Amino acid sequence: MKFGVVVFPGSNCDSDAYHVLRDVIGADCEYVWHESRDLSGFDALVLPGGFSYGDYLRCGALARFSPVMDSVYKFVDEGKLVIGICNGFQILLEAGLLPGAMLPNDVLEFRCQWVNLKVENTSTPFTNLYKPGEVIRVPIAHGEGNYYAEPEVLDELERAGRIVFRYVDAYGNPTREANPNGAARNIAGIINEKGNVLGLMPHPERCSESLLGGEDGRRVFLSMIKSLETGAFLSK
Amino acid sequence: MKFKGTVTVWLKESIFDPQGAAVKGSLAAMGFKEVENVRIGKNIVITLEAESPEAAKDLLDSMARKLLANPVTESYRVYVEEEKAGAQR
Amino acid sequence: MADTSQKAPWREMGLKDSEYELIKERLGREPNYTELGMFAVLWSEHCAYKHSKPLLKTLPTEGPRVLVGPGENAGVVDIGDNLACAFKIESHNHPSAVEPYQGAATGIGGIVRDILAMGARPVILLDSLRFGPPDDPRTRFLFGGVVSGIAGYGNCLGIPTVGGEVFFARPYAGNPLVNVLCAGLMKHEDLHRGGAYGVGNVVMVVGHSTGRDGIHGCTFASDVLGEDSESKRVNVQVGDPFMEKLLIEACLEMMASGAVVGIQDMGAAGLTSSCAETAARAGTGLAIDVGKVPQREGGMNAYEVMLSESQERMLLIVSADKVEEVKRIGAKWGLHAAEIGRVTDSGNLEVFHNGKLEASIPVSLLAMGAPEYTPEAREPEYLKKTRNLRDEDIRAPEFGELKDILLRLLASPNIASKEPVYRQYDYMVRTDTVEGPGKGAAVMRVKGTKKGLVFTTDCNGRLVYLNPAAGAAWAVTEAALNVAVTGARPLAITNCLNFGSPENPEIYWQLKEAVRGMGEACRVLETPVTGGNVSLYNETDDQAIYPTPIVGMLGVLDDIEKRIDPGFKRPGDIIAVLGKVWGDARSLAGSEYLEIAHGMVAGDPREPDLDLARGIIDVLTEGAGEGVFSSAQDISEGGLLVALAECCVHGAEGARGCAVSPKALGCGEREDIRVDGMLFGECNTAAVVSFPADLEEKVSEICKRHNVPLSVIGSVQGSSLAVETCGGLRILEVSVEEILSAYKTGLEKSLKG
Repeated sequence: MKFGVVVFPGSNCDSDAYHVLRDVIGADCEYVWHESRDLSGFDALVLPGGFSYGDYLRCGALARFSPVMDSVYKFVDEGKLVIGICNGFQILLEAGLLPGAMLPNDVLEFRCQWVNLKVENTSTPFTNLYKPGEVIRVPIAHGEGNYYAEPEVLDELERAGRIVFRYVDAYGNPTREANPNGAARNIAGIINEKGNVLGLMPHPERCSESLLGGEDGRRVFLSMIKSLETGAFLSK
Repeated sequence: MKFKGTVTVWLKESIFDPQGAAVKGSLAAMGFKEVENVRIGKNIVITLEAESPEAAKDLLDSMARKLLANPVTESYRVYVEEEKAGAQR
Repeated sequence: MADTSQKAPWREMGLKDSEYELIKERLGREPNYTELGMFAVLWSEHCAYKHSKPLLKTLPTEGPRVLVGPGENAGVVDIGDNLACAFKIESHNHPSAVEPYQGAATGIGGIVRDILAMGARPVILLDSLRFGPPDDPRTRFLFGGVVSGIAGYGNCLGIPTVGGEVFFARPYAGNPLVNVLCAGLMKHEDLHRGGAYGVGNVVMVVGHSTGRDGIHGCTFASDVLGEDSESKRVNVQVGDPFMEKLLIEACLEMMASGAVVGIQDMGAAGLTSSCAETAARAGTGLAIDVGKVPQREGGMNAYEVMLSESQERMLLIVSADKVEEVKRIGAKWGLHAAEIGRVTDSGNLEVFHNGKLEASIPVSLLAMGAPEYTPEAREPEYLKKTRNLRDEDIRAPEFGELKDILLRLLASPNIASKEPVYRQYDYMVRTDTVEGPGKGAAVMRVKGTKKGLVFTTDCNGRLVYLNPAAGAAWAVTEAALNVAVTGARPLAITNCLNFGSPENPEIYWQLKEAVRGMGEACRVLETPVTGGNVSLYNETDDQAIYPTPIVGMLGVLDDIEKRIDPGFKRPGDIIAVLGKVWGDARSLAGSEYLEIAHGMVAGDPREPDLDLARGIIDVLTEGAGEGVFSSAQDISEGGLLVALAECCVHGAEGARGCAVSPKALGCGEREDIRVDGMLFGECNTAAVVSFPADLEEKVSEICKRHNVPLSVIGSVQGSSLAVETCGGLRILEVSVEEILSAYKTGLEKSLKG
């Protein structure tokens, strides 16, 4: 099984994702240049964090028109796995692969800090190794992570269990204080209807080694490997 | 014909604009008591060739829908004026 | 060529009449306007170090680990495992004073390109910032702009901002300091130099197009800020971090391809300095055509192209047969990569504009011909007053006042947590940050090795103001101890000398003394100066800044798993002081306590005991290597008591309190000891450590071996910070909640006022 890490001009967490997949987890992994149209051979893609196209105009707005994105749509249709982290999440939103949009953080500043996340759905291919309701510690680093969607869309996400991660306090409560950016309903990560595209603002690749202060993020990638190995998610 | 199009993009009225709220607060603190509401947006100025003002407007509208504004969160308006000959920018 | 003898255009460009005469004499003719502009920028203080060069020559620059010393784009230090670290600190004070966001942003851009030019991938940033009082609206404007400029540019680049300092004091009100340190990593064989080697090789400009922005920026940087400085805003360049990110990736790829013979940032003085310096280093000449330089706006003449300070550009010297490869990589990243000329053997920088010769100047004259000045130095008048601080001038506080004083110190913006600043910086990107901002020195791992690299910036300008030699030596000592309390061995420094006008004899004396003190400390601590920057003329309306020679230090941890940090770890651990705490009135010189509690900036700071500091560094690194220490913290702003409070703040769950008595430090034995001196004195060569009780003998043995006094002062216990006098009287008890509240909210409160 093989991971691809897409490199857009301005991506800057590409090497971090690559490092975790290859050196920490030992998965087969390659960079995919944004002009590439050939995704054959890959089973899962990472759209990494960073500032694709400088985040000019809107975060992720220009990256979605990169040549690789046509192939990403097909990749998703084929039921393969795509995870968008931070800027990658913003690109997925702009590309319409996930619903909603990002607004600037309500504090009007960039925020780099550790947050608590509750894993709300553990039956996804990205979270099957977490315990239901588990609270994990993961860093965020973004200026525009204030998730927005129409109330009906939010209700539908709630109903279908598509809110995968929420900002919570240490006890698992989605309080106002635990929400670092003003995101609707404390949403930190959501999944598409089919269940093979995850977008999240926090950075699991930054907490996959104990030396960096925590390992809670590693199971996101291990979950992906497990579900690819068993093919479990495709049956849904 | 050459036109100068301005696409103004701002957050939909239904969405809270924290930047606008912050500026409103500052203006009030400075004594501009008259201010009722502030919304912050951006202007994108595009010089383009088109056959008529209507055609230019259609083109700009299409650009706004596809790229310049995000329909989930943003509204936009398009203005077109003829680029005066010799007025180079 | 235009005649310039009618007026004196050189004066407007910042050249003295005598310098103009020298140019004429050495050139053997009148320079034309373009040539004069080129001389003006390269002979500016900023580029030529006219007033500081003779002093800088006295600094130690060599050591077994130094691969590249001063003179190149950045110093390079061997860190073992065939790896090297390029690092340098640079100022962007004047641009930040007029346009704080862009000033700070382009400051980052410039130093990052310097590191890139050595062949290294830039991997960390630190910012050393100085502002006026936080309750001044102008300070708030500058502070907000600088911090968001650093965030806006640094975050986009994907280089973590892992540390630095922020210090507020009145003398910086009109002239803030923005110093940025960048470090990069490379394999030894990837080292590149900024030399135009190989006659016939091709000169290329890579990156952004060239516009009219920033013309004469470095003559501006070499001028005193005045009322018209705001109108000089036109000089400030606008940064494009996205372009810089692409430039980094493209240049690394170009260098890896083997095409690049020499590489140089186009920063201050743009094309002029990069051409002159690369040719001067290689002893060659260059012939370039400015018409071939990609331009942002039409109609630029040779003068404008040569002097433009447009950002995000690099000058490359490329093997003639590899030009196409460089162009291909440039196109891949969407960058200009234009051929603009050739390396020649003429020894001249020849500038053509669409084939017509516009300037021809001997490279050696341009790059190295500026006169050096040794101005008059005179001890400042104010020292007569400030030095004369007697014991009785400082009212001894009642015991009942101590708690309030401690909380005020912890809430002081100079001591309080800087989290409101650093949470705006992405300090984790690249997944190498093991210890980010907030606890002292930053610790980063080096992937593929067991190593850790440790970085800090330090300088207390108040101490330098009161005693330049001692203060500068303290900056080095504090930086070294900051590095050593992580368990790392200090290796080398980079410095940024921020001073007022050297043409003022009192300021020049400060500079001279500070360089002397810094050199002495670097020699004893064996941390050579590998490069840096000098920023003079930092004054407004005759008010000079505190002399601020900032030290950026690099240290290395052989095994990153053995690092230590300031936080207490276990209840029951013994707390001890390594070194000497004086405890007298003199040790309060220039202290935060003296300013906060007594409203005084006075005293004559002692010089650090450098041999003792060396011993403490040995004890810390050796002890860390053997795993004996649970925690370690240096003593700086706020003294011993604040250091202990910080150990509590960063303590592990259940280990956030302590009880101490300064008895073992000599309290009760010497008459000159005062309670406030003991608790708040800053000029101490000392560190606070904690360790399990059963390791006391082992610690004591290590200390003996290195001649370092070890004084046990208490233990980790309870949930408050408690202090007893030598008589056993409890004179202070502050709960950890109160400490945390003061420490965490202090900065925001003082900025909101």
